[in-house]
Amino acid sequence: MSSLPTGQTASGGDLIYRQRRPVRIWHWINALSIVIMLMSGLMIFNAYPQLYWGQYGANQQTPWLAIWQVNTSGFLRLGPVTLPTTGVLGFANGQAHAFPGLVTIPTSYNLAAARQWHFFFAWLLVVPGILFWLWAFATLHIQRDLAPTLDELRPRNLWQDIKNHARLRFHTDEAARRYNILQKLSYVGVIFGLIPVMVLTGLTMSPGMDAAWPWLLSVFGGRQSARSIPSSAQRCWSAS
Amino acid sequence: MTLITRRNLVGSLGVTAGGLLLSGCDRIAAAPKVQQVLSLGEGLTIRAQRLVSDRTALAREFSASDMSPFFRTNGNTMPGSDEYATHVTNGFADWRLKVDGLVRRPQAFSLAQIKAMSARTQITRHDCVEGWSAIGKWTGLPLKLALDAAGVLPSARYVVFHCADDSDGTPYYESIDLVDAYHPQTILAWGMNDQLLSVGHGAPLRLRVERQLGYKQAKYVMRVQAVDSLQGIAAGKGGYWEDVSNYQWYAGI
Repeated sequence: MSSLPTGQTASGGDLIYRQRRPVRIWHWINALSIVIMLMSGLMIFNAYPQLYWGQYGANQQTPWLAIWQVNTSGFLRLGPVTLPTTGVLGFANGQAHAFPGLVTIPTSYNLAAARQWHFFFAWLLVVPGILFWLWAFATLHIQRDLAPTLDELRPRNLWQDIKNHARLRFHTDEAARRYNILQKLSYVGVIFGLIPVMVLTGLTMSPGMDAAWPWLLSVFGGRQSARSIPSSAQRCWSAS
Repeated sequence: MTLITRRNLVGSLGVTAGGLLLSGCDRIAAAPKVQQVLSLGEGLTIRAQRLVSDRTALAREFSASDMSPFFRTNGNTMPGSDEYATHVTNGFADWRLKVDGLVRRPQAFSLAQIKAMSARTQITRHDCVEGWSAIGKWTGLPLKLALDAAGVLPSARYVVFHCADDSDGTPYYESIDLVDAYHPQTILAWGMNDQLLSVGHGAPLRLRVERQLGYKQAKYVMRVQAVDSLQGIAAGKGGYWEDVSNYQWYAGI
């Protein structure tokens, strides 16, 4: 975890890298690819801004989420609740799109272009991701640095850590050379939860992959369910 | 090394990024070099999908209870030509499906002949590139049988489907490679949901290529042509939407 040999305590003035180089590299590749996947993904969503659950879903079914506009007003419906969203979703800056140009790639509607960006950067997300997994297991980064210990998972410890974070009281001593429990849970959640789920739901929307790996449809309960999930996963991501 | 602290870097990046982002992004996106690089993704995707798929891996087939209660029409819903209108009026009695190009024996099948040949029925999910899905029941002639009757030459690499409909004078057409052409679920459907294919859904024949998206499933198929290259047809990208709007030719994803 640092440039000092294990066991040797640092003294004042030592430069400690709290993340190793492969971690940094992977993180910054992701910073680029995830942002582009998100923005191009929003444009793809804009082509049909309604989400269903199950094996099929089109105009005759009731979506659980829909964004639309009436004249120059925008609306979002989540289940039974309809919210006015003019200026943000549905209708913003004189444009009638679910998500505004500010957050999409490209900025104005072009499904074909958005797909091009999305399916190019998908490779930049998946290949380094797989390489990182391999590296992280092979070098015991997962086992030694990321795996939470039973002690850390105790409710009292968790709560203490949450309180410390809220008060912006971070470790400054030797303990700072290790990930704290909130970090561990976040990183493990992203590496083994959110990213794989987003990739797999993406693959489930592919008719080609549904034929190659039929279990994808079983896991997510249908292509339209799979289409619903990435947007939810993204919101969890942003929150974390 | 620590002259630029993380705080400085992120701060200054954030300030400049905001303003430049929008206009910069669009200009980058439009650059031909960028377009070239992005299109590499399609090649990677088709190779990767073919690597992990069995040639004959089937798209999921559903049961009758899974079908969409209503299957919407999409795209063109009736070709505008007088010729087509006449065909509809006399139940396609004089209509012939041409199978030609790089084949030994060019064919012209009537609808009655096609229906009398071996048929496959499949209940499958249709995925529009825009995002919606609908499950319908298709009955039709496996494309393989039509191609075998014509005797495809070894030099052929693609099968092109010429359609009766057009948008502002530009005819609809589509194409697939031989892996998909000979796939068991690739059929020329003449029946849908236990009835004859309706005009809105592409009468008399629509192509089904079940491992690809909806825009590949050409409606109003008039002619099947085996070719060695897509270059010589229309704008050369292998399909109407590919030519007109730069959609990917391989629509497996």
